[in-house]
Amino acid sequence: MTVWTDHLVIAPIVVPMLAGAATVVAGNGRRRLLAGLGLASTVLLVLLSAMLLVTADAPGVRIYRLGDWPVSFGIVLVLDRLSAMMVALASVLGLAAFVFSLARWHRAGTHFHPLFQFQLMGLNGAFLTGDLFNLFVFFEVMLAASYGMALHGSGTARVRAGLHYIVINLLASLLFLIGVSVVYGIAGTLNMADLAGRVPDVAPEDRALLEAGLAVLGIAFLIKAAMWPLGFWLPGTYAAASAPAAAILSILSKVGIYAVLRIWLLLFGDGAGASAAFGATALTAGGLLTVAFGSVAVLASQNLTRLAGASVLVSSGTLLTAIGMGQAAVTGGALLYLAGSVLAIGALFLLVELVERGRDIGADVLAVTREAFGTGEHEEDGEPGERDAIGVPIPATVATLGVSFLACALLIAGLPPLSGFLAKFAILSPLFAPSGGAPPPIAWMVAAALILSGLATVVAMARAGMDAFWASPAGTPQRVSIVEFLPVALLLALCVALTVGAGPALDYATAAAEALHTPANYLRGVLGTPEGGQ
Amino acid sequence: MELVVSLAIGVLAGSGVWLLLRPRTFQVTIGLALLSYAVNLFIFSTGGLRIGADAILGQGEVGTLAAFTDPVPQALVLTAIVIGFATTALLLVVLLAARGLTGTDHVDGRERER
Repeated sequence: MTVWTDHLVIAPIVVPMLAGAATVVAGNGRRRLLAGLGLASTVLLVLLSAMLLVTADAPGVRIYRLGDWPVSFGIVLVLDRLSAMMVALASVLGLAAFVFSLARWHRAGTHFHPLFQFQLMGLNGAFLTGDLFNLFVFFEVMLAASYGMALHGSGTARVRAGLHYIVINLLASLLFLIGVSVVYGIAGTLNMADLAGRVPDVAPEDRALLEAGLAVLGIAFLIKAAMWPLGFWLPGTYAAASAPAAAILSILSKVGIYAVLRIWLLLFGDGAGASAAFGATALTAGGLLTVAFGSVAVLASQNLTRLAGASVLVSSGTLLTAIGMGQAAVTGGALLYLAGSVLAIGALFLLVELVERGRDIGADVLAVTREAFGTGEHEEDGEPGERDAIGVPIPATVATLGVSFLACALLIAGLPPLSGFLAKFAILSPLFAPSGGAPPPIAWMVAAALILSGLATVVAMARAGMDAFWASPAGTPQRVSIVEFLPVALLLALCVALTVGAGPALDYATAAAEALHTPANYLRGVLGTPEGGQ
Repeated sequence: MELVVSLAIGVLAGSGVWLLLRPRTFQVTIGLALLSYAVNLFIFSTGGLRIGADAILGQGEVGTLAAFTDPVPQALVLTAIVIGFATTALLLVVLLAARGLTGTDHVDGRERER
């Protein structure tokens, strides 16, 4: 009856949990053992998630009942295209960040390895669970580990930013609990599929309360996703975190997006009766405002890490806007965008550390101020040594980093030829091709937001890139080990693969989006009966 | 009883929010603790308030729903208490570290300029 492949669904949670426990037992001193354990776990996770990705690319969902309890009593894990995709992204990013940390960062503080593994466990659990309260538990596992990761390396700036991060997320967790308990009080279930089946039948007098509870829950998710005005904590925290921690943290904001995508489309899809499309306007408007705020933040960033943090805001805003449109084709494009932006922003966070290494602290601030106020330009230009430097060859390290930075900029800004452009095009193209008639005004607004945010990103990245690669004197070339560059190359190569294989990737994303927009299959798959949620 | 419980939740939540908005880290921590008490009581009350009703059937016992209370909120609140306790402890450690590193207990790590 049970074959070993049935247990694959839970493996992305169990593997990092065991690895994390093993690294706790191994203690802090044995670096080689710890690194080996971590590497084995992250590589295994990538392989497992690839298998899950293949398994999930089929109609229907696969469920895993914990303890083999019947679905209505026990907790159930659900694997469909979306969750498989998210697990794969988390695993790849985890591998890249882990390999990167092996060069230096894993020695910067105690308990890096267990925290890293538990972080991956929480992420994978949050993506796989099909139960609202279990989602809370995995959120907490993920967050508790992320508090440690954000503080990794210590220092005043990290502790200061970490304090804000922890307080805000504890508050978000309390809101999550309030939302969950209101939902349980009204609907009497916490299983997402069961809940979706019951939403259309909620009594009219209870409906407002249920919607209020889910709105509170939504606020908890949107704080994670950093929607304006809930996302002011994000750039500061991410800028203060060490590079591998920031790369992992950048997928944490996508967990908020995932939760909105999953729960909102499941509960408030077309089959939700009177509650259908509840909050769509708020999502779109919030998304557009987040894009606007993120673009201003990108332009205002005076160093590269804050720039990377601000581009997380832009990508969150873009995704929320696209989700709020409520069309399967747009959501499909958004999923492709999500995959590309997770990889590109992760690569950028890692790259920034390599680029900034060996540069004076405060040089960026000076550079930007100099541009703004025009002081100090002439003294530098007038020096004869500067003129002679024109023919100096660029060191290979700087050239490699520069090309990677260019690729990141193209990906994040959404310029051709890389996948960022294709994804933005896939979001916009269905909006402008409605079934007959002129495109709606909102389509123009979304197009303007996507294109202008891209412009802002190009301007900011070009400015930062010039300061980093052209203006810096050639006397201090960065020392970059191959272990540190390899993860960046891996992430960027995956983005290129996503560009070359954009056809199959978009097909997969569209199939995932179609499945999200027609929850009846999900309900049938989880509950095992053809009832409910038409 | 409903009135007493809802008043208690309201007072706890109100005090918690007020303390959370204060500038000192200790006040923020106490505010979060009070808020989490309020939320825990709230979760507990979603199962309906009963006095002296069991949540679990005894061995071989056949009960009616009217005589029993809903066990799920109790399980949820237990989990929430444990997680809230652990994260508050973690926050306290960070608070102490911030106090030591920045030399002030202001939430921004520096005193406001006057």
